[in-house]
Parts: sequence; C-alpha cells; structure tokens
Amino acid sequence: MANSPSTASRDEPSRAFLDAVSGPLHPVAVQTLLAAVDAGWADPRRLHSEGRTARRLLDQAREVLAVGLGVGPQEVCFAPDGPAGLRLAVDGLLYAGRRRGARLVASAVEHSAVLVPARARAARSGDPAVLGTVPVDNLGRVDADDFADQVRRPGTVVAALQQANAEVGTIQPVAPVRAACRAADVPLVVDAQATLGRLTPPEGYDVLVGDARSWGGPGGVGVLVLPERTRWSLPGAVDPDESLTGPTRHTPWVPLALAAAEAWQQTQSERERDARTAFTLIEELRAAASRVPDVDVVGDPVDRLPHVLTVSALYADGEALVTALDRRGVAVASGSACTSSTLEPSHVLAAMGALTHGNIRVTLPLQAVSPARAEHVRRLAAALPEVVAEVRASLGARAL
Amino acid sequence: MSLHDSQPGPAAVVDARGLRCPLPVIRLAKRAQEAAPGEVIEVWATDPAAEADIPAWCRLRGQEFLGAHGGEHTAYRIRIVG
Repeated sequence: MANSPSTASRDEPSRAFLDAVSGPLHPVAVQTLLAAVDAGWADPRRLHSEGRTARRLLDQAREVLAVGLGVGPQEVCFAPDGPAGLRLAVDGLLYAGRRRGARLVASAVEHSAVLVPARARAARSGDPAVLGTVPVDNLGRVDADDFADQVRRPGTVVAALQQANAEVGTIQPVAPVRAACRAADVPLVVDAQATLGRLTPPEGYDVLVGDARSWGGPGGVGVLVLPERTRWSLPGAVDPDESLTGPTRHTPWVPLALAAAEAWQQTQSERERDARTAFTLIEELRAAASRVPDVDVVGDPVDRLPHVLTVSALYADGEALVTALDRRGVAVASGSACTSSTLEPSHVLAAMGALTHGNIRVTLPLQAVSPARAEHVRRLAAALPEVVAEVRASLGARAL
Repeated sequence: MSLHDSQPGPAAVVDARGLRCPLPVIRLAKRAQEAAPGEVIEVWATDPAAEADIPAWCRLRGQEFLGAHGGEHTAYRIRIVG
C-alpha cells in the first residue's frame, strides 16, 4: 500500500483539528509505535527471546511512567483505557472497603464512568445514600467544605474527584479535598484523564487514573497508580500472572505501552512551554467568543486547563454548529443533547447551570502534534460569529 | 390543549412539547418579546435539555425563573421582568 494517502491526510493544511481528546498521536510516538510493532509484538509472558524482548520493553514503559509520576514501577498498573481505569479504581476501593460501607462521594461533574455505575448501584441497593453527589458552582467547581461534609457521612468508603474537568477546564480543589478525605479515612481517586501532559501531575491521592491520549499517546492505554499504602483489591481469584499484569489484571499490547511512554517523555520536556502558549490561545478564543452576542463562555477563565474551552450560543443547536464549522474545515466537539448518542445534554453543563444547547467544545492538540494550532484557533475565532448567525437564521431566531 | 384549559394557569402558555433543543427556548424568547413586565409565561416541554436551558436562558436574559413541575411533560414558569 502506498503511504502517500495517510501522509497527505496528516499534513492536510486546510483542516483545523481542535478536538484533541482522542489524538492524534505525538509524531515521535508514531515512530516508536511503528518500531515497536516490529520489535515488541510478542507475548511478554513467554520465555523465548521474542517474549523476553517484549517483557523488557513493557518494563521500560512502566518505568518511564513511574519516574514521570514520581512513584515506584510496581505501583503503575494498566487498564484498557482511562474510563475503564476509573471504573476499576472505584470498584477496587469499594471491594476493599466493603465491611465498612458502600457509599461513594463524587462531584456532580465527574466522568460518567464514575457516576453512571454509582447511580446503578444506588438504584439496585434501594439506598440513594450509596451515592453522595457534591454540587458545583457556576464555574463547575466543588466547594471543598461541601465535599468534606459528604465524605464524613457514615458508610463512605470511596471519594472521587477530577484534577480538572475535561469539558469545561475548571481545576478542582484536590489538595483540601484530599486533606478532608484523609481526616475521614476515606480513600480518594483522583481522575487525571484530562490533565496528565497538560498540568503538573497531582501528588495527593490514593488512586490516580490517567489515559495516554491526554499526553499525546495512543488510545487503549489507561494508567492507574496504586500506591502500596492503598487498600485496593478486586473480587475473584488472584491472576496467576499478577507479577506481569499487576492488581488490575490487565496487560496492554506492548507496542501501545511503549508509544504511551514515548509520548510521555516527549510531552514532559515541553509541557510548561506548551501549556503557556495554549493558555494564551484559549484566552484569545474566550475573548472572541464573548464578543459574539448571546454566547455563554463557560468555566473558570483563569484557574483552568490550558487547552480546553466550552461555549454555548443561545438559540443555536450544537449539531448544526459542529456541521457548519466542519464545512469550513474546523473540527470541534459539542456537549449538546442533539450531538450525544443518548440525546441527553452534557451532565457537566447541566450541573453548572450553563446553557446546554448551541454548545461547542475545543480541546487544543499539543503544539508538537499540531504545529499550526495557533492559526487554527484564529480561524475558529474568525468563523464563529458568522457560523452562529447562520445557524440562528436557519432556526428563525435572528432577532431575539 | 383542552386538558389544561380547566387548570388555573398563567397568562400565556408556550407549547413546545415534542420539540428538541433549542426550539423550546426559541419559542419562549419569541413569546417573551410580546410580554409585558410582570407577565408569567409557562413553557410545556418534553425535551430533557429544557430542564437546564430554560433556567439558563432566564439567567442570561435577566428574567425570573419561578420553577417547574413534572408530569407527562414538564411545565416551566418564567416571570418576565423587563
């Protein structure tokens, strides 16, 4: 197969890709992935030299992530992806704490991988108190004292909080929440799926969850940090390969793990500089969006992820905005009901009291992944007023 | 609308049942343009997004959200402030 088509689509200058939640991969990680497909394809459990090579490469990948996160390699575990890792993180703490209770406390804007199973457990047990939801303010932030009140309630065995929200960017008060959790002897899961590679990794947690996609790595690599002091276990028989799979009982495909580690190293060396320029670009975009009439610019303007922006345009629909921007070569996401598979609006926007219709969301790629991102942001800023006006006109909502 | 005619109600009803976002809010905004200050508008909607979007519209437009009550559809009450 000729390699020109894929190369052409990667370098296509006319597309502004501003929805970097699932990629693309860091270009150096692409090279590593391709090399590892040749060198690290074997089953790392096998004793032949191909298997031992794969094992060595997997151990290297784990070591890189451990050093980056400031933990021991035996504390780094894998999961099929970030959301699966989050479910595992909660399940293992619930199981370890089952004699003390079954209650989970989480913010109202946590990932669905935390909230949906928790609501199902509450419905199944017939006890709504099994889930304590901490409300957020209109910037999307929990109050640390409210969180502490919830965590102190009897039967609480798990708390979960994001380092920052992936949809609206608002950074959560993880340090005081962690202190309250320690005082109440409740383990805290910190969801860093949106932050690793963009912010300094959190230090205070009982389980940390990440996803390689946030730092320019491939899909299919969820990372859990399970510090030795944390009481965490899954029901069922112990995996005979536990020395390889770790307590999460998951071994990633070695080339993916290696590409994740490569992307981590590349991203870490550039992180602070990348975050500074991304922060400024999003600031420009916030200003441009707020000049469009009746547009709600959502989330904390300052204490936020450097690379995320969500805005909602009154009297517009999200699907039409995404489609109209796509026609102009700009790719963005949306949290509006009409763009979701369930036809429900984003629970994050709803919990904040923000407008859910007419929503578009930008997640900037890393500079190394998308060297033209500044130009792409400016193209979106220029297109936004006319696209919003066009969609409003099509809905007969021009002069409201 | 005959089912609701017998109920004591607000001055104006916007029937947005079966409409998807953002149409319920657009209908509300159009009706609000004709409303006098102090008038109460009730919006009937089945779209789940209306639950977030009608209070958000009130906040963005400085109108007063009075509350909502459910049933086969949800009825949202808004007082037009100005």
